[in-house]
Amino acid sequence: MNRDLRILVVEPDPERVLGIINALTDAGWSDVKALAQISALDRTVREFKPDIVLIDLTNPDRDTLEHISFATETSKRAVALFVDQTDDALTQAALNAGVSAYVVDGLKMERIKSVLETAIARFKVMRQMQSELDAAKQALEDRKTIDRAKGILMRQRTLSEDEAYTLLRKTAMGQNRKVIDVAQALVTAADLLS
Amino acid sequence: MTDRVLNCGYVPLVDCAPLVIARELGFAAEEGLALNLVAQPSWSALRDMLALGHLDAAHMLSPMPVAMSIGLGGLSAQIDALMVLSVNGTVFGVSNGIAAELGEVRFGDALGLLKALAARRSGPLRIGVPFHYSMHRLLMNYWTSSLEGLRIEEITVPPPRMADAVAEGFVDAFWVGEPWGSVAVQQNVGRLMMAGQDVWNFAPEKVLAVRHDWADTNEDTARRVMRAVYRASAWLDARTNRTLAVEILARSEHLSMSPDLIDPALSGQITPLLNHAPEAVARFVQFHKHAASFPWRSQAAWIAQQLGADPAGIQKAKACFRSDLYRQNLSGIGADMPGASEKVEGALRYETAVASTAGHMILAPDAFFDGRTFDFPAEN
Repeated sequence: MNRDLRILVVEPDPERVLGIINALTDAGWSDVKALAQISALDRTVREFKPDIVLIDLTNPDRDTLEHISFATETSKRAVALFVDQTDDALTQAALNAGVSAYVVDGLKMERIKSVLETAIARFKVMRQMQSELDAAKQALEDRKTIDRAKGILMRQRTLSEDEAYTLLRKTAMGQNRKVIDVAQALVTAADLLS
Repeated sequence: MTDRVLNCGYVPLVDCAPLVIARELGFAAEEGLALNLVAQPSWSALRDMLALGHLDAAHMLSPMPVAMSIGLGGLSAQIDALMVLSVNGTVFGVSNGIAAELGEVRFGDALGLLKALAARRSGPLRIGVPFHYSMHRLLMNYWTSSLEGLRIEEITVPPPRMADAVAEGFVDAFWVGEPWGSVAVQQNVGRLMMAGQDVWNFAPEKVLAVRHDWADTNEDTARRVMRAVYRASAWLDARTNRTLAVEILARSEHLSMSPDLIDPALSGQITPLLNHAPEAVARFVQFHKHAASFPWRSQAAWIAQQLGADPAGIQKAKACFRSDLYRQNLSGIGADMPGASEKVEGALRYETAVASTAGHMILAPDAFFDGRTFDFPAEN
C-alpha cells in the first residue's frame, strides 16, 4: 500500500480538521497537514508540496486555491480531481459527499483512490452531523417561537396552554400553513404592536 | 402541463439579475419552465457542478466557457454560451493608502491612472480579482501590460471578502463586480478609480452557459430558457422599471442584499469615495440594449486570444459563443438581430447604426482605452 502521500487539508473548523486527520491517520497516512487560514496557503503549498489537497466543495476559498495551484512554480501542478473522470463513481461520490480534491498532476488514480475513499467517508459523516445539528438548532428555535406565541395567546385571550396551542394548530390548518409560520407571524405582529 | 425543471447555478452578484427577474416576474413560467436557481459558493464549484451534470445551466464569467472549451484551467469540458447575460458591471479600486499616494486622478481615466500607479516607487501592486478566468483578470492584464514598468501580482479573493482583504492589507487594489466595489466604499476601506468599461467599453461579463451536448439534446428547453432570459433582460433595461427592479432583486431570496447595494449598478451612479457625490457611468451594466445579450463570436475570439490561445483555439472559442442558437431561438419573439455574428472588436468609438434584420440597430461604443482594434477573420 502507498501510505507515503503528503496530504493537505484546508478547513477553518478545528473540529472538522481533527475528524479528517484522525480518519486519515487511522487509515495509515501520517504526513497530513491542516490549514485554517487561506492567507498562508500560497506559502504552505510551496513549502509542504502536498500530493493531494482536500477542501470542502462549498468552501469559497476554492477559487483562491485553484489559482495558487496553477501559479505554483513547480513542474508539478495540482489539478482538481474532477479532471480525472476515469473513475466516474468515485467522482460522483466525492461530489455528493461535498469534498473536492486537488491532485498533483501525474499521480495515478490508484494511488489516491484510498485517500479519497477515506476522505469521502469522513466528509459524509461530517455532512450528516452538520445537517442534524442544523435541524436540532432549528427545532429549538421553533420551539421558542411557538412558546412565545402560546404565551401571547394565553395572556391576551386568557387561554390555557393547551387551548393556546390548539388555537395555533387550528389556525395553521385552516390557512394551510405550518404552526411555526403562524406562531412567527403572531410574534412579529405582537412585537410591532407592543 | 407540467413545467420543465431547469437547475441553473449562479453566484449572488447584481449581474445575475436577468435570471432572478426571469423567475420572479414569471417570464420563465410563461415558457413552461420551472427555473430553479441554485446559489454556488465559488466559481470553481459552479464549474464542476455544470461540467459534471449536477446543473443544467449556469451564470458564468464570460471567459470560463472559452477556457474550458480550449482546455485551460481546473476542468475542461465542452461548454457553450447560449447568450450574454450582462455587459460591463465591474469596478477597479485601490486601498485608501494607495489612493493617497496617487494624488488627483479623474474617475475613469484609465491611462492617467495607469501612469500614476507606475510612478509609485514600491513593490508590485497586488490586485485582488475574483477568479483567474474572469473578464476582471483579462481586463486587468490587458490594461496593466500596456505600460512597461508597472509590476502587478494577481491575488484571487472571493468577492464577498474583497473589502476585508483591502482593509487587512492583503491586496493594494481590487477589480470586482458590484455590489462588492460599493461595499468597499461603504466600509471606507478603498476608493473606486474607474469602471471596467473604461478599459473596454463593451466587455461581455457574464454568460448563460450550458454543456455543449446538453444544448444538442435539449433544444426545446434551451429555447425556453433563452426566451425567458431575453424577456427578463429587456424588462431590466427599461428605464421605467429600474426602481421596481431594485426592489424585486433586494427582496428576492436569491440575492438577499439591501436595495442601496443594488441601486448603484442598475442606475449607473457609482460613488467612488465615502460621502462623495456619485459618478454617472453610462452603460454601467447593460442587459439588453445595443444587442448586449447577443453572443458575438468575436468576443469569444478576443477572450481566447487574451488567454493565449493559438489560431485553432480561437476558432474553437468562436464556436462556443452560440450566435447560431441565439438567432434560431429568439427571432421568433421579435428580437432584432445584427447582420453579422462577428465584428471588429474595439472599432466603435461612438454609438453606431449597423444593419439588422429589422433594418438597423444601434450598437454602443466598444473601444479599448488604448484605441487598439481586434479583427478575427473566419478561417477558410
